[in-house]
Amino acid sequence: MNIDSIRNGIVIDHIKAGRGMEIYHLLNLETLNCSIALIKNASSGKIGKKDIIKIDANLELNLDVLGYIDPDITINLIRDCKRIKKFHPDLPERLTNVIQCKNPRCITSVEQEIDHVFKLTDRENRIYRCIYCESKAKGENN
Amino acid sequence: MRSLIDIVDLSVEEINSLINTANDIIANPVNYSKKCHGKKLATLFFEPSTRTRLSFEAAMMELGGNVLGFSAASNSSASKGESVSDTIRTVGCYADIIAMRHPKEGAPMVASLHSTVPIINAGDGGHNHPTQTLTDLLTIQREKERFNSLTVGLCGDLKFGRTVHSLIHALSRYQNIHFVLISPEELKLPEYVIHNILNKQGITYTVTTSLEKVMPDLDILYMTRVQRERFFNEADYIRLKDSYILNKEKLTTAKADLCIMHPLPRVNEISVDVDNDPRACYFKQVLNGKFIRMALILKLLEVK
Repeated sequence: MNIDSIRNGIVIDHIKAGRGMEIYHLLNLETLNCSIALIKNASSGKIGKKDIIKIDANLELNLDVLGYIDPDITINLIRDCKRIKKFHPDLPERLTNVIQCKNPRCITSVEQEIDHVFKLTDRENRIYRCIYCESKAKGENN
Repeated sequence: MRSLIDIVDLSVEEINSLINTANDIIANPVNYSKKCHGKKLATLFFEPSTRTRLSFEAAMMELGGNVLGFSAASNSSASKGESVSDTIRTVGCYADIIAMRHPKEGAPMVASLHSTVPIINAGDGGHNHPTQTLTDLLTIQREKERFNSLTVGLCGDLKFGRTVHSLIHALSRYQNIHFVLISPEELKLPEYVIHNILNKQGITYTVTTSLEKVMPDLDILYMTRVQRERFFNEADYIRLKDSYILNKEKLTTAKADLCIMHPLPRVNEISVDVDNDPRACYFKQVLNGKFIRMALILKLLEVK
């Protein structure tokens, strides 16, 4: 399957196969009008199968969340058909509405409109805690 | 505008300053009797309390201010489903400062994000209770005349005991503190407190299930109640509630200047035969609580 190269934009590569759609939603890509390709199960010499997202627009996207989802993801910035930067996302200091607090005693468990905000409390061990109740995030990355 | 949600919101210098003010209030109460004239404190207690609510109200009255509020969620619009943020925005129109207790952890922080007046966390579930910690610190300062070089035994419910978590936070900022954590296996200090405070700051601690064994080492013994309201399962509460009962006999091996503290209310974890022991400080704590809350109200209202 061929997907055209993009001229100016972002390529999010080496997404674990099956997680592309989750990232598509977390980045709110459904709200954009530009061309976006979500490629699932592409073959990868590095990880076997992978998902790729190509965004054909010069946008200021907040990609911080990718560091939490998977630090092995590769972000490529493309300008005039050339890759000008390639990097792995860093762990963000705060995550808003990415993780849900599971503590039944937390205020977020009863007041639905409150943002679920987690802060990074231990970078080395990738531990996030709810800013309200300090419960540790329970996720596959923690 | 400052709020007090967590004891670590206050620097060591600020805590020392509050303690100095509280001691001055104790020495010269008349000088403070009109400091808050014309000011109103709202006490919003979504969960029952005797000491903390009355202490806040007495504190404001002794500063010459007025109080309003409710003492149970059923007496507020929360029973109609009103959110914390809406309640706070409303009460901020009536009061100059708010003391709030809520059964859900983090509720006072949510309140502070939406409030136009200072919020004081008067206890949020099993999480934080910073004014109890200020009370405890004032008591330790008055009884031991120092915060450094103390062996502090914390006994009972260390898992849900919010007073214990806040006290550990506060004392960890002083030098040469050693904690002795005495609890049944099921009510051990949460991992995040051990990791984020004790381990991170290199504070030494001992974990034990035996109060008798460590009694001779202690400068301070902080007893806590196993709280029925923190258990989802009644059977677990019944099984654990009588884990530690301090009585006169157990105190025979204790230091002569041991300071026995308890945030109260107690059920049976301190036998009444200890009440007349000169080392029992828990009723002094109650009184100190009012004075330190007076100092805190003055600070947050920026009254000179």
